[in-house]
Amino acid sequence: MSSLLNSIDFQYVIGALVKIAVFWIFIMLVVAYTVYAERRVLAVIQNRLGPNRVGWQGLLQPFADLLKFIFKEDIIPLAVNKWLYILAPIIVLIPAMMVLIVYPFGPDVPLPFGGAISQTLNDLGARFGMNWNIDLRAISLHVTNMNVGLLYVFAMTSLGIYGIVVGGWASNSKYSLLGGLRSSAQMISYELALSLSVIAVVIQAGTLDLTKIVEQQSGRFGIFNWNVFQWPMFLPCIIAFTIYLISAIAETNRVPFDLPEAETELVAGFHTEYSSLKFALFFMAEYVNMMTVSVLATTLFLGGWNGPWVKDIPWLGPVWFLAKVFFFLFLYIWLRGTLPRFRYDQLMNFGWKVLLPAALFNIVLASAIGVLFL
Amino acid sequence: MVPLSWYLALSAVLFTIGVVGVLIQRNIISLFMCVELMLNAVNLSLIAFSRLHTDVTGQLFVFIVMAVAAAEAAVGLAIIIALFRSRETLNVDEADLLKL
Amino acid sequence: MEFSHILFLGLAALAVVAAFNVILQRNPIYSAIGLIVVLCSLAALFLTLSAQFIAAMQIIVYAGAIMVLFVFVIMLLNVRAEETRIDKQKYLKWLAAPLFLALLAEVMAVVQYVNLTPQPLPSANGAADPQGVLGTVENIANGMFINYLIPFEAASVLILMAIVGSMLLARRERKEDVERIEKALVAQQEEEQKYEEEVAA
Repeated sequence: MSSLLNSIDFQYVIGALVKIAVFWIFIMLVVAYTVYAERRVLAVIQNRLGPNRVGWQGLLQPFADLLKFIFKEDIIPLAVNKWLYILAPIIVLIPAMMVLIVYPFGPDVPLPFGGAISQTLNDLGARFGMNWNIDLRAISLHVTNMNVGLLYVFAMTSLGIYGIVVGGWASNSKYSLLGGLRSSAQMISYELALSLSVIAVVIQAGTLDLTKIVEQQSGRFGIFNWNVFQWPMFLPCIIAFTIYLISAIAETNRVPFDLPEAETELVAGFHTEYSSLKFALFFMAEYVNMMTVSVLATTLFLGGWNGPWVKDIPWLGPVWFLAKVFFFLFLYIWLRGTLPRFRYDQLMNFGWKVLLPAALFNIVLASAIGVLFL
Repeated sequence: MVPLSWYLALSAVLFTIGVVGVLIQRNIISLFMCVELMLNAVNLSLIAFSRLHTDVTGQLFVFIVMAVAAAEAAVGLAIIIALFRSRETLNVDEADLLKL
Repeated sequence: MEFSHILFLGLAALAVVAAFNVILQRNPIYSAIGLIVVLCSLAALFLTLSAQFIAAMQIIVYAGAIMVLFVFVIMLLNVRAEETRIDKQKYLKWLAAPLFLALLAEVMAVVQYVNLTPQPLPSANGAADPQGVLGTVENIANGMFINYLIPFEAASVLILMAIVGSMLLARRERKEDVERIEKALVAQQEEEQKYEEEVAA
């Protein structure tokens, strides 16, 4: 038993667990308020008021929605495949949430009273005769800095596709099956263009580690070293940015690429037969995916937590990061209120015949510029 | 530290399960999946040995094996689709004549 | 019993249970899900063996693309669970378990008997690579693009062949192909007639 306890690095584990808990609560709040923001912003675009009754200006609406979802009747149709029907929302949600461990929220920040807290904790450990050596003066604002961080993000998005196709199939209904197959086919098609478009950034950075990619975009007053502005790779990065944005919208099944789940087309696509909490899980997974894609866009192209005056005030880093992420979420909502949707064959045509060759051409361009100038 | 023989034993068990699966499955797609299981068992063994000798060659071998498995899965499933179109059944026992 | 042992045993048990699921289930969708679980647990085992890049590749390529292909084909062909088979030889299924154990015993004997190094077997996660540098992207890229470039390019040609081949094999019968074949048959028959007339004359 003692060998088991000795083989676990408790400081790392407990630190990681605390960070995961804090980040998870934060991301859940952001997701909930993205739903609320979507309703209000769409209302402004459509010249009406959104939900503004619950709490001041409707700010408690997400909690009201959550209560509604929990207390709704949970209908499970008779002819569904029970295990897979219940498993599908879980398969969509868990990989989507697992990505948050590689988000680089900010640089290493000094914790206020960090020295005093470390001192008290070390004394507590010394009381039990253990040598803890805790150092909380500076904390890093990412849970882990994996060497293959970018690949990990793509791996988790690949796993999320199974929930959709299994959910559509297990619902034993024409609309669900068609919606699930169409949705997952669209996701895997645009995943290709998405993964290929970020290669320009990887060539520039020379690493797949998200924290290092952000660190390489610092300097020059915090703005002019972003990947979309940086000499020599600004042109491939700008092309990659547009390809990435379009693929990301298609990847998360949002307007204008949301045919598989639009109400006028396929009832509700793969989540037709789902009700109450399972539907809420599908819904939440879509917004967590949106958040993931926005975080990746800011990290790779817009400099992550870089901005003016971050060097002097490290806590400004997360502020810039969140500002950029919220800008992308606003962009998603803005597109939803403005554009009509693509037909499915137009969608697939665009993904395979336009975006994929553009991404491949971008790789060639980025490699040429990289060899010449880097 | 986990001894190497544990990884090899797991690889052996998975490989054997794959072999038995190929022999007892009647559905052609499940048969194909058992072949993929065997390939994965070998991948595990290759990575374990690569770790033993701290040589990255084993991992490169696994990379190429994965590419080959992907190509094989694509062509194999295309053949299965063509087979299904002419025979209307996916039972391996009933595909025993060269011409329908 | 260290934590790494417990981790290995947990992942190994998950992989073996899911593998049994793959071979024993009647419905191919359940087999596919079992195989996905095997692939993911193997990816976790690769992580314990300092193969980070290969673990990510395993999930992206194997679990995220190949198995999606399998699942799509199963749904496209609308494969149901097997009906009760008409076993032509009923005694064979009772031979499966003993033969499985026999095969397993043979493979294990070989694994344990072969002496991998002259010294006592070193551990797999030895101190040789404490930082996990072995499987990083830089290391793999160094090996792949300097020493093993030709297999890499050959693999890309192989994938191109697979793309073209699978598109051709899974294509429906097209009218142009049928007409082309019929025209060729008619032309061939006319040639044979002409040849017979020549021979007769």
